[in-house]
Amino acid sequence: MTGVRVLVGTRKGAFILAADGKRQRWDVGGPFFAGWEIYHMKGSPADPERLYASQSSGWFGQVIQRSCDGGRTWEAPGGGPEKSADGMPRGESNKFVYDTTSKTGKPLTTHQWYDGTQHPWEFKRVWHLEPSLSDPDIVYAGVEDAALFRSSDGGTTWQELAGLRGHGSGPQWQPGAGGMCLHTILLDPSEPRRMFVAISAAGAFKTDDAGATWRPINRGLVSKYIPTPAAEVGHCVHRLALHRTRPRVLFMQKHWDVMRSDDAGDSWREVSGNLPTDFGFVVDVHAHEPDTIYVVPIKSDSEHYPPDGQLRVYRSRTGGGEWEALTKGLPQRDCYVNVLRDAMAVDSLDRCGIYFGTTGGQVYASADAGDSWSAIVRDLPPVLSVEVQTLP
Amino acid sequence: MIRVELPQHLQTLAGVGEEVLLEVAGPATPRSVLDALEARYPVLRGTIRDHDTLERRPFVRFFACARDWSHEPQDSPLPAAVASGAEPLLVVGAIAGG
Repeated sequence: MTGVRVLVGTRKGAFILAADGKRQRWDVGGPFFAGWEIYHMKGSPADPERLYASQSSGWFGQVIQRSCDGGRTWEAPGGGPEKSADGMPRGESNKFVYDTTSKTGKPLTTHQWYDGTQHPWEFKRVWHLEPSLSDPDIVYAGVEDAALFRSSDGGTTWQELAGLRGHGSGPQWQPGAGGMCLHTILLDPSEPRRMFVAISAAGAFKTDDAGATWRPINRGLVSKYIPTPAAEVGHCVHRLALHRTRPRVLFMQKHWDVMRSDDAGDSWREVSGNLPTDFGFVVDVHAHEPDTIYVVPIKSDSEHYPPDGQLRVYRSRTGGGEWEALTKGLPQRDCYVNVLRDAMAVDSLDRCGIYFGTTGGQVYASADAGDSWSAIVRDLPPVLSVEVQTLP
Repeated sequence: MIRVELPQHLQTLAGVGEEVLLEVAGPATPRSVLDALEARYPVLRGTIRDHDTLERRPFVRFFACARDWSHEPQDSPLPAAVASGAEPLLVVGAIAGG
């Protein structure tokens, strides 16, 4: 019997929601890492029992957690009392140190600060963990202050892919309201050396050589809130999404504007169409229909809740431009929650399941591609991220 | 043996109780005690002090014998009562947030 496992990161711990393929009865597991912020949790596509979680705290910093049994037990890789060959304790799993060596690229130590001055890069937390499509021990981490790290030993040690920060535009990157974070990592299933990332507030970037070199891919983005609205970098991209069978087509929820690229990010066009507002955080793609996409419109950049107190998912079956409101089962009055950028995911069952979490602690699920919704849970801490695993 | 009391989140992370006992080589200082703590429980590296600089994290405090040692030099000797194990070194998460 197939099933799904929904991995939920919240402000006060992680939760794992599990159901069989009917997706009607749910078991709620957790909290795991109680009291800690779980920015993101994701499973390996190559081994669904391998999970990674980003556990952080304003007091005690960053910890990486790993499970090899689908979330029943967890360990901080390298965090046990074992020693390395030279007798030193290991414990490198939460060590994210920016690479400033001349050997691996162009040392870069500052970015633009809120007041326009240059400010040193300072590691704060891991926003997003993206396991490799083929190897459970390879995982990428998008961090704040924005950079990309890679582990090839199951999260025990991490090395920065410094070509991103060092490619040239780094001194122009600046923090958004939530900090300067690398929050989206997309791996191209058809081109193993190609990756896309997105940074707030810098924009989208692409590599075709497994992360050694990068270039900005923001042509067509227009952001009225920056001095040069069509600048090469400086855009507050909130989220990118692609369909695994058509990875040259990318979708983007920008601060304002929903965008689409048909050339692997080389150019973008707006597909906001008839949305009631094109501000928002999430965007995702139906598992079986590459032109069916989902967003959750949020009223504005200063009012982070749904328009008119009505929580509505919008679906486009045309790859953007034409949108329909999905409301059945969602609160249509007095609803003032937000849906954060990593808090929507899809399963690959038939029909496709759609999931999202809110800052009010609800996790909503649709087992019919968005036609109807119900809450799996209603009273979790504020939800930071939602991922879904479709289990064999 | 030197006694170190940890805040709840770090107890959970390291899989220990409220207090751990440590053998510390040489004089007992904040640095030598934390070095011994992290050597025994590597998962705590980076949670009390910065991985790279070894500076105390901003919202962590060290108390011993009713005194705040947070701003003392890391190599300053801790009180004899801590060195002898009569009193613990307290690692405390600052009271903040909701």
